[in-house]
Amino acid sequence: MLKALHARKPAQLLIGLLLGIAFGFLLQRGGATRYGVIIGQLMLEDFTVVKIMLSAVVVGTLGVHLMKSIGLAELHVKPGSVGTSLIGGLIFGAGFATLGYCPGTIAGAVGQGSMDALLGGVVGILIGSGVLAALYPRLSRGVMAVGDFGDVTLPRLFKVNEWVVVVPMVALIVLLLWWLESAGL
Amino acid sequence: MDFWTLERWSPYLVGAGIGVLSWLSFLLSNKPLGCSTAFAKTSGMIERLFRGSGVDQKEYYRKFPIQIDWQWMLVIGVVIGAFFSAALSGSLRLEWVPGRFESAFGYAPVLRWVVAVIGGFLMGFGSRWADGCTSGHGISGTLQMAVSSWVAAISFFVGGIAVAMLIFRVIAG
Repeated sequence: MLKALHARKPAQLLIGLLLGIAFGFLLQRGGATRYGVIIGQLMLEDFTVVKIMLSAVVVGTLGVHLMKSIGLAELHVKPGSVGTSLIGGLIFGAGFATLGYCPGTIAGAVGQGSMDALLGGVVGILIGSGVLAALYPRLSRGVMAVGDFGDVTLPRLFKVNEWVVVVPMVALIVLLLWWLESAGL
Repeated sequence: MDFWTLERWSPYLVGAGIGVLSWLSFLLSNKPLGCSTAFAKTSGMIERLFRGSGVDQKEYYRKFPIQIDWQWMLVIGVVIGAFFSAALSGSLRLEWVPGRFESAFGYAPVLRWVVAVIGGFLMGFGSRWADGCTSGHGISGTLQMAVSSWVAAISFFVGGIAVAMLIFRVIAG
């Protein structure tokens, strides 16, 4: 791994900025920073968002696992639980549909001039994050701890080599995307 | 027709590009792409302005220290990148009410603002509850085959589809 580069703080801030610029450019050009595109996805009318996400997962998972196997990358798996991932995910989903942007795409929406994102959504996200931070000590010992499964990955869960999961998952996603296209979605 | 000025690129091209960015973020920064923590840190910075440095001692901010870091710069970059993309394709414009919202509820900037604040609140609260968002869990976590991220990403869409149907079929219907 490029440990020396990872330890250089100013260089890292610059890399973060540059990767962000490319990420924002792609999200905006893909239409994912548009309220209508996100709502269209959640109404199951327009599958742009799912197509972007799943093709990123296909390309990303192959490259990241390849880099991992030659020692150029390590995984950063987030721990989770039923109380954290499922309940938090459902609350997020309610926000996703009500706001029509997500934390990444709202930054892109601000860049393209969406004032509902800048003056409404961003303010709401900052307040919501702050309230969660205030409630965190109680939540993390209560509902968030329910059904803990830790930082496990699918390969570790099934006790198999990671490629045994990655390759079929990629195949499954490609099939799903092909099906979406042939269904005209 | 010039590729760089096209208003939209294929979602597969865009997705593949984001996949390549995920390689670069692991390779160059040893970090997965993610966005929602940056909002939590910004929220902490604002709270610190009013309540002083005691905010840093909160349990949550000891876990996620309040600072301008790699991910914070990433989110700033997203704003800039989207600005350039929109400017190049001629789709840069101030918009107060998105078209889809207008066709359901009329041109109502105040209503849209209120709904966006409420939606943002749920999103900020939910993303930090779930410890990730559509990027951190939905792309970076699922590509690592993380169980937490697959559960979260599926929940994002289950919750999102249910509430979108409620808003546009029941309330606006």
